[in-house]
Amino acid sequence: MAYADTLPKQRPFGATTRPDAWWLQPLVVFLGFSAFIVYSTWAAFQGVADMHNHTCSYWYGGINGQGANYLSPFYSPEFWGTSPHAIGKLPDWWPGWAPFSPAFLILWAPAGFRFTCYYYRGAYYKAFWADPINCAVGEPRKKFLGEHSFPLIIQNIHRYMFYLAALFIVILSYDAWLGMWFTDPLTGKEHFGVGVGTIVLTLNAVFLGLYTFGCHSLRHLIGGFLDSKSKAPTCAKAYNCVSCLNHRHMMWAWISLFWVGFTDVYIRLCTSGTIHDFIFFKF
Amino acid sequence: MKTVVFRIWRGDATGGKFVDYTTEITEGLVVLDVVHKIQADQANDLACRWNCKAGKCGSCSAEVNGIPKLMCMTRMDTLNTDKPITIEPMRAFPSIRDLATDVSWNFRVKTKIKKFKPRKPDAEDGTWRMQQEDVDRVQEFRKCIECFLCQDVCHVLRDHHKHDEFIGPRFLVYTAALEMHPLDTEDRLPELKQSQGIGFCNITKCCTKVCPEHITITDNAIIPLKERVVDEFYDPFGWLWKKIRPKS
Repeated sequence: MAYADTLPKQRPFGATTRPDAWWLQPLVVFLGFSAFIVYSTWAAFQGVADMHNHTCSYWYGGINGQGANYLSPFYSPEFWGTSPHAIGKLPDWWPGWAPFSPAFLILWAPAGFRFTCYYYRGAYYKAFWADPINCAVGEPRKKFLGEHSFPLIIQNIHRYMFYLAALFIVILSYDAWLGMWFTDPLTGKEHFGVGVGTIVLTLNAVFLGLYTFGCHSLRHLIGGFLDSKSKAPTCAKAYNCVSCLNHRHMMWAWISLFWVGFTDVYIRLCTSGTIHDFIFFKF
Repeated sequence: MKTVVFRIWRGDATGGKFVDYTTEITEGLVVLDVVHKIQADQANDLACRWNCKAGKCGSCSAEVNGIPKLMCMTRMDTLNTDKPITIEPMRAFPSIRDLATDVSWNFRVKTKIKKFKPRKPDAEDGTWRMQQEDVDRVQEFRKCIECFLCQDVCHVLRDHHKHDEFIGPRFLVYTAALEMHPLDTEDRLPELKQSQGIGFCNITKCCTKVCPEHITITDNAIIPLKERVVDEFYDPFGWLWKKIRPKS
């Protein structure tokens, strides 16, 4: 008799003797991730209309924007676009029938980092694939490949996604720095200042940094690969720092996810004139 | 004193059913105390494995209200006694009788993992020198009492019955303790990737949640081992780096 035949039969989907609300956690995760995916997709496609109409809904500044310089993180770095941050204009060889938004060139990288993140993997396997939907609760499928073979074996590229994500922290920090400079519409002179948008952009870079630099792959690469850390004290210290952030990886994952979406919302609301960016001071 | 209904699994490998037992509980009891009380008063033939009653032997593993727990460490005041409390055997292993399961598969798995292979002694008297900070990490893994609750809650074993392809969280912790030991020289990564199936783990962290010794199984043992497997088999730049700067 095969060993598997001696085991209790697999319970049907959702079957459990747990009396608690085991369904609540995956439901919250499902709703949270879904809301972000829907919003970020909508926000990315707003750039298509911007490119077509030569408008800019993802940047707040200029004469109408109190001289501010706030760029949505969904659009940074802006390779081709309509804001002053754009490195260039959409090249002529881009086919006219193909929709283009500056966000299309950007969002795949942070999305890839989060998709392959060890925390997110565990969370969305439960919430979106019910594999398992929660601990000790019956599953909908019998077949299971895990990350042992294609397609999920691709998750092993996470460290490469981290390298890209770390680059984005540098770029978004630079955007936050630019958000501290306000251009006088009359003289064109730049003044250092802090507005609500500056704080929003700065916190965005900070939260994303706290999430990104608590990455499990970084924890391994920076010192976890060593068995004798005492021989590499710098690696040991770096490992301890990353471990400290890694301990709260889930919390930073959620905070940074919310805040990056909120930053985009804030800039759009300012640009549309729905709200007014309050400037605390500028010299 | 309060009267509580306990719904206990009675049966063996051929099948069984939940049987309700009503008993009175007093302050300070743990689930194992209640099972012993029921065994003494109402069901003398109730099979239940136990030994230390102190959360150190790992014998009294079972599922209390659907969650794998040590019965001796589950205080009654942590459970809702207004509703029947279910007690059933672990589902990842064959049933022997009632709450007792056959966990011998785990011991067979353990024999297949490459043993500790220390480097040459550091001193002429045949001893080694280690720094405390180097062994701190593996000492966490040494806390394991082999209760196999992590194996039980792991859906790869519990639901998908991958016992022939996956060694489970307990033995990934065991492997991590060996693999990350500062004196060890053995290479266990090829087996981890292939026959021991570390790729089957999809990081649900259920094992970490049920560990009575609070070992951070997923973050400190399994994911670091996954990353070491990536180093060895899935990272082309890492592979190139090792070619350029091979280990001395």
